[in-house]
Amino acid sequence: MSTATTTADTGSRSGALRVLFARNPVLGPTAALLVAIIFFSLATSTFANIDNFSFIVQQSIVVGTLALGQTLVILTSGIDLANASIAVFGTLLMTRLTTGHLPGPVALVLAIVACTLVATLSGLLVSRIKLPPFIVTLGMLAVMTAVTNLYSKGTTWPVPSGLLTWLGTSLYLFGRVQFTMGMVIAALLFVLMWFVLAKTGWGRHVYAVGNEPEAARLTGIHIDRTLVSVYAVAGIIYGFAAWMALGRTPTADPNAYQTGNLDSITAVVIGGTSLFGGRGGVVGTVVGALIVAVLRSGLTQMGIDSNYQNLATGVLVIAAVAFDQATRRRSS
Amino acid sequence: MKLTGTRRSVSTLSALVCVGAVALSACTTTKTSGSGSGSGGSGPVKIGLVTKTETNPYFVKLRDSAKAAAESKGGTLVALAGKFDGDNEGQVTAIENLVQQGVKGILITPSNSAGVLGAIKQAQDKGVIVIALDTATTPADAVTATYATNNESAGKLIGQYVKARLGSTPPKLVMMDLDPSASVGVQRHNGFLEGMGLPLNTPDVIGSALTQGDQTKAQQAMENLLQRVGGQVNAVYNINEPAARGAYQALKEKGLTGKVIVGAIDGGCQGVQNVKDGQFVATVMQFPKKMAEDGVNAVFDYAKSGKKPSGFIDTGATLITDKPVPGQASKDTAWGAQNCWG
Repeated sequence: MSTATTTADTGSRSGALRVLFARNPVLGPTAALLVAIIFFSLATSTFANIDNFSFIVQQSIVVGTLALGQTLVILTSGIDLANASIAVFGTLLMTRLTTGHLPGPVALVLAIVACTLVATLSGLLVSRIKLPPFIVTLGMLAVMTAVTNLYSKGTTWPVPSGLLTWLGTSLYLFGRVQFTMGMVIAALLFVLMWFVLAKTGWGRHVYAVGNEPEAARLTGIHIDRTLVSVYAVAGIIYGFAAWMALGRTPTADPNAYQTGNLDSITAVVIGGTSLFGGRGGVVGTVVGALIVAVLRSGLTQMGIDSNYQNLATGVLVIAAVAFDQATRRRSS
Repeated sequence: MKLTGTRRSVSTLSALVCVGAVALSACTTTKTSGSGSGSGGSGPVKIGLVTKTETNPYFVKLRDSAKAAAESKGGTLVALAGKFDGDNEGQVTAIENLVQQGVKGILITPSNSAGVLGAIKQAQDKGVIVIALDTATTPADAVTATYATNNESAGKLIGQYVKARLGSTPPKLVMMDLDPSASVGVQRHNGFLEGMGLPLNTPDVIGSALTQGDQTKAQQAMENLLQRVGGQVNAVYNINEPAARGAYQALKEKGLTGKVIVGAIDGGCQGVQNVKDGQFVATVMQFPKKMAEDGVNAVFDYAKSGKKPSGFIDTGATLITDKPVPGQASKDTAWGAQNCWG
């Protein structure tokens, strides 16, 4: 790793700007986000107002939170294709347990625990039996989809408890700026995950395992344990995503979030986290999720066909990964 | 963080690409939105349409009809959709976006009839009239009015016809259902059995499958069912025409097409052709064009006079067949071809 740092530092011949971007990994995505916001603000009369910005954040939080867990897994050079299906299972569990007369808080905690256990199982299969994360989570996606369909009896369940939809509650700042409790909880989760990744030994282990597992092992890091803990923490986050999803659409629907796994990967990758592990972080993911929502909102308001929106997002994803590959090759 | 602070001009490029992507889309604006949907604010009446998906031909018909109706009245239509059937979050996002664009009214085919209620309420609080097309919300009065096929009646029509065609032969039915989470599927299924004069849990149903209204899934399901029920089956109920085509294909592979009555619901042009070719004995036509036009007209009325429609407005269902049976009204496939999804 130190070589790579040096590469970036001594790259002065490529100009100060390059160094600036290399030292501040979220600068690029952030710049892209700002450019997009400015562009749409100029291009439409409906984009630049506080209600719309509030909507954009509300639209980002479920996928953004799934992407937060996804970021952890991808940092270990894994991938989680089952995250959205676990969260959807969580929404049904919360709802049905409450319908079955458990108090809301108990149902909520049990559902988060269940999400954690399922994700932990993926982690155990990846770390102990050495199965590729792609395969493990692909299988888990099918399993969870089936379990959810069976458990839901194929129907949607209305949410009976106020606590479960509490995250959808709108609050007004200065009587004007709308925000929801879901936005508050999502923000707290992001800050917490940023702190844990940036400031704790566990965070350093996560990066080390994703970057150079062999070197990490030699320095005494328990790779297996770290991997399992990463999936477990991701599972907790998916549980919170489930809670947020009920705040946004107050029914537990077995068919919801079918593309949530891919949407979360998109946010992570656009946010600059490397699919090959060890590089990136949650700040980039927040920005990545917002870029996707801003593009969708702005392009919709310009009256542009959603196929072009998908096209633009797809181009961004490929470009981000291509660039990651290129820089990786250059520095190795 | 030392471990991570490296090699990350990833960002620089993504910034550039984003600008590029945005610029690219900007270039296409001038081409695609000729109807001036970006202008916003005052001026022509702007109407939003939110369908379940973008690609299903039924919703394409609904969208094109609504667009034509809006433009013929000098207004504009902004059409958005969920990503897949059941994408509540996508529909909520679409509603929020339309409110943001200052539409006067929103026409919606709700993916999950209850999942979008919060967003509908928020839109209504901002003075936007919301009308359901094709599928009612639960509860139905969450929207101002619903323009839709009475799915129970549609099911009943085909049930009555199949019963008449079977005559005195005892029915051995296979049911190609939708998905238990969709009310449309349940209503048509129950309506069909009612039309057949059978109770809901009748032993005359010898097999059933969830097809999601998909041809490939229906074909596969019917192939598997035929392994079990074999040549016993004498009539197949289908939730829609794609499912019926799948079922027909499986019957054809087994050489059973002459012995089995295949009935469908939908009334798409291809389905009418299937009836004409003798693959289906009949289909029940729905009228998405009428739903779209009536919905658009209602929003215009509201914009002009503040007048609102209310309740469930049945847009009708018509049996299409070339072999009419006594005592049941129907139209032939020539009429069907002229009016398919009219």
